[in-house]
Amino acid sequence: MTATQSKYETVIGLEVHVELHTRTKIFCGCSTSFGAPPNTHTCPVCLGHPGVLPVLNRQAVEYAMKAAMALNCEIATDAKFDRKNYFYPDSPKAYQISQYDQPIGQNGWIDIEVNGETKRIGITRVHLEEDAGKLTHVDGGIASLVDFNRVGTPLIEIVSEPDIRSPEEARLYLEKLRAIMLYCEVSDVKMEEGSLRCDANISLRPYGQEKFGTRTELKNMNSFRSVQRGLEYEEWRQADILDSGGEVVQETRRYDDETGKTYSMRGKEESHDYRYFPDPDLVRLHIDDEWKARVRASIPELPDLRKARYVQEYGLPSYDAEVITASKQLADFFEDSLNYTKDAKAVSNWIMGDLLGYLNANNLEFSQVKVTGQGLGEMIGLIEKGTISGKIAKTVFKEMLETGKSPQGIVEEKGLVQINDEGAIKAVVEKVVASNPQSVADFKAGKEKAIGFLVGQVMKETKGKANPGLVNKLIVDAINSL
Amino acid sequence: MSLFDLKLQDIHNRLTNKELSVSDLVDASLARIQAVDGKVGAFMRVDEEGARAAARRLDDKLASGEKRGLLFGLPAGIKDNIVTEGLITTCASKLLANYVPIYDATVMQKLKAADTVTIGKLNMDEFAMGGSNENSAYQLTRNPWNTEHVPGGSSGGSAAAVAAGEVYFALGSDTGGSIRQPAAYCGVVGLKPTYGLVSRYGLVAFASSLDQIGPLTKNVEDAAYVLQSIAGYDRFDSTSANVDIPDYVSALNGDVKGLKIGVPKEYMGEGIDPSVKEAVQNALKTFESLGATWEEISMPHTEYAIAAYYIIASSEASSNLARFDGIRYGVRSPNAGNLLEVFEKSRSEGFGPEVKRRIMLGTYALSSGYYDAYYLKAQKVRTLVKQDFDRAFEQYDVIIGPTAPTPAFKIGSKIHDPLTMYLNDICTIPVNLAGVPAISVPCGQADGLPIGLQIIGKAFDESTVLRVAHAFERSTEYHKFRPSL
Repeated sequence: MTATQSKYETVIGLEVHVELHTRTKIFCGCSTSFGAPPNTHTCPVCLGHPGVLPVLNRQAVEYAMKAAMALNCEIATDAKFDRKNYFYPDSPKAYQISQYDQPIGQNGWIDIEVNGETKRIGITRVHLEEDAGKLTHVDGGIASLVDFNRVGTPLIEIVSEPDIRSPEEARLYLEKLRAIMLYCEVSDVKMEEGSLRCDANISLRPYGQEKFGTRTELKNMNSFRSVQRGLEYEEWRQADILDSGGEVVQETRRYDDETGKTYSMRGKEESHDYRYFPDPDLVRLHIDDEWKARVRASIPELPDLRKARYVQEYGLPSYDAEVITASKQLADFFEDSLNYTKDAKAVSNWIMGDLLGYLNANNLEFSQVKVTGQGLGEMIGLIEKGTISGKIAKTVFKEMLETGKSPQGIVEEKGLVQINDEGAIKAVVEKVVASNPQSVADFKAGKEKAIGFLVGQVMKETKGKANPGLVNKLIVDAINSL
Repeated sequence: MSLFDLKLQDIHNRLTNKELSVSDLVDASLARIQAVDGKVGAFMRVDEEGARAAARRLDDKLASGEKRGLLFGLPAGIKDNIVTEGLITTCASKLLANYVPIYDATVMQKLKAADTVTIGKLNMDEFAMGGSNENSAYQLTRNPWNTEHVPGGSSGGSAAAVAAGEVYFALGSDTGGSIRQPAAYCGVVGLKPTYGLVSRYGLVAFASSLDQIGPLTKNVEDAAYVLQSIAGYDRFDSTSANVDIPDYVSALNGDVKGLKIGVPKEYMGEGIDPSVKEAVQNALKTFESLGATWEEISMPHTEYAIAAYYIIASSEASSNLARFDGIRYGVRSPNAGNLLEVFEKSRSEGFGPEVKRRIMLGTYALSSGYYDAYYLKAQKVRTLVKQDFDRAFEQYDVIIGPTAPTPAFKIGSKIHDPLTMYLNDICTIPVNLAGVPAISVPCGQADGLPIGLQIIGKAFDESTVLRVAHAFERSTEYHKFRPSL
């Protein structure tokens, strides 16, 4: 695999579908909420009954505009909707209302960070369309069940240029795309719930060749990780074919998460003729400058800008700024904390270390923990004032994550106030020094580390509440005065 | 004289004076259907129970003195492609034999609000594709004037029911002449409103950019009343126009002095029966006598209109009818063993030959590689046809010509020759392509069969169309002729 990578350049383009979380569907008044009993969020319109007509949801258009703007697209002044015709039980009208040749947005881009360098990935187009229903195939193939709750949920399809050069870049592109959508608050972009879906086109060509190789299209990847893995497998598979003098077949392939492999679904000759034509039930969409300006004004500061600001303004390491700004909620939390403490680096360290560590260890999302920016800011203040030690703060912070209580409250409730009383600590220090002659001797013999053990003993005696700096100083004093 | 020959105001006066009840009107309708529909075959389904219940409700309302709707108590027949909640709607197709709509079309809500009584559903060509009702999957409808002849189509049931005195009025739909041509064949008034004036919500789509619902009535005044009740913006139809609705009835002042009429030579040329030409020429003399003037004009793109129409309408139909797949409603083929067969067999067993022909035509026209040559070209022709009208209306108030080239033809005489059948729409199709309003009013007879005069107006100028038609009607007797059944 490594050998082949040097021979061929990988070319990847992604087609991403993002569900827009409007309150109602794109062409009728049904709710779009996830998880309702099957076929309860339906009406004659989304069920495609005879005689019904679509009426465009203005909010869906605005969300699509907002997303396209955030992806640096040019926004169309005149857009229209077209019918994409195909028979399938998940499509009640037997056509999907989509946008064929006049999408809402075109010619955008996303910047990603690859090995410390910024790389720009072009976005060909962003168009608005309706989602299909959901089919469940009963085991044994005796029947299929269809749920039309999802049908008519507004989607945007985001098509990238073939600018992506590795499976890792594909993942980074998706992560950035997801962050931007979250910032715009147009979608919850959850791949597991299907509110973000990704198909990938991949081909290989010898380095230096301009013409693209034959591509395959990958489907059925259910996480960012599986997008990367599927592409890695396909990269290897195609290289293997080319190495042995074969030809890659243009086809659609299904990725299997279990095996990590891709399998042929259908060939080029089975590709559909969708017979696109303008939907005569909808009028053309005119987007004037005033409307564009209003939507543009609703876009918040996006992750790239925010990251740059964190590095410049707060001196955060680029990596930390990247991680924090990848989630709008996290970045908002970061900034909220700074209303209560001036120490941005400390806030960043607590987020990068204890907060993300806790989320990872417990497989949680940030929205599931209860800590507030005020809590973290005030806790850092308590450390600065010497009310609690950094070590105690770890306990306090964990409690804050789980209960949302204020740090003062936790400290008082649990009696965690740091002992700064020299006399009280001195008594414990003298006891510890007296009962650990070996460590004292080691320290005196130049083993600096030995003091750590003694400090630990004092902390243990004081239940961790002694001011560690003070303990250190008093131990050295005590030994020196022996 | 039948009750339904009374003017609307007379009926309402008698209701007010308790000389008549809504139940009497409904009884009269049901009795007439009982008496003559065996010969005419206009009705596919009569909702006797529903109609009687509605009549009782309206009689209660009458007794209570509550405010009455504009069309209070009038028995109506509804073309079977307009969905009626709880009342089977088949579009005269086998595929929808069992389809009970779960909602009412906007026009049905409006008719209910106007206090009409729905008597039942009327026969048509399957999915409104045809001009003779011979494409109904269920039954033949016969022309009340001569039962050997077709009633026209696709709203043939609607025209025949009104002509036969079975209902006070009917609703039809017009995609390429489907209201006007059967109105002409059956000697009644048929109005196709401007595209966008009447909501299409609940009209089972044939060709979305052309379809319009409109009234079929015995006289122009009734057409104005019905239009008044069904016209208007509907937020459930994005193509419905947000325009002010004038008072159509008060526009009927009989005055056509100084009216400028254009008569397209293309509507009076080859293929137009001499009897039809003569009737139209007589009508023009009538207008002259009323103080109007007319001139021959040219609508040069008329000859391309039919080809463009059959491409556009069939393309839209191929997509509109794709939803009839046997999955969610309608008849699923019992012979299907897998998904593909459910689609293929439900559709091939469910659709009739004319519907299949048009689906294939439209599918072909939209196919990759043919789209530009057919669909796109047809849209360009449509623009040119529309420009013909725009130019004509710069100089003339209305355009007048025949509705159909001949009186009603014999059943079976054209059904095996689709092209001849298509050419029959030469005078009506350009109107749909341009989206403008037009009315057909009786203007003569030949061999005992009615002839229709078509009056075409500017977009949203139904008032003028109705005024001109009404002035003509007042000066002639044709609308008073009744078939003997």
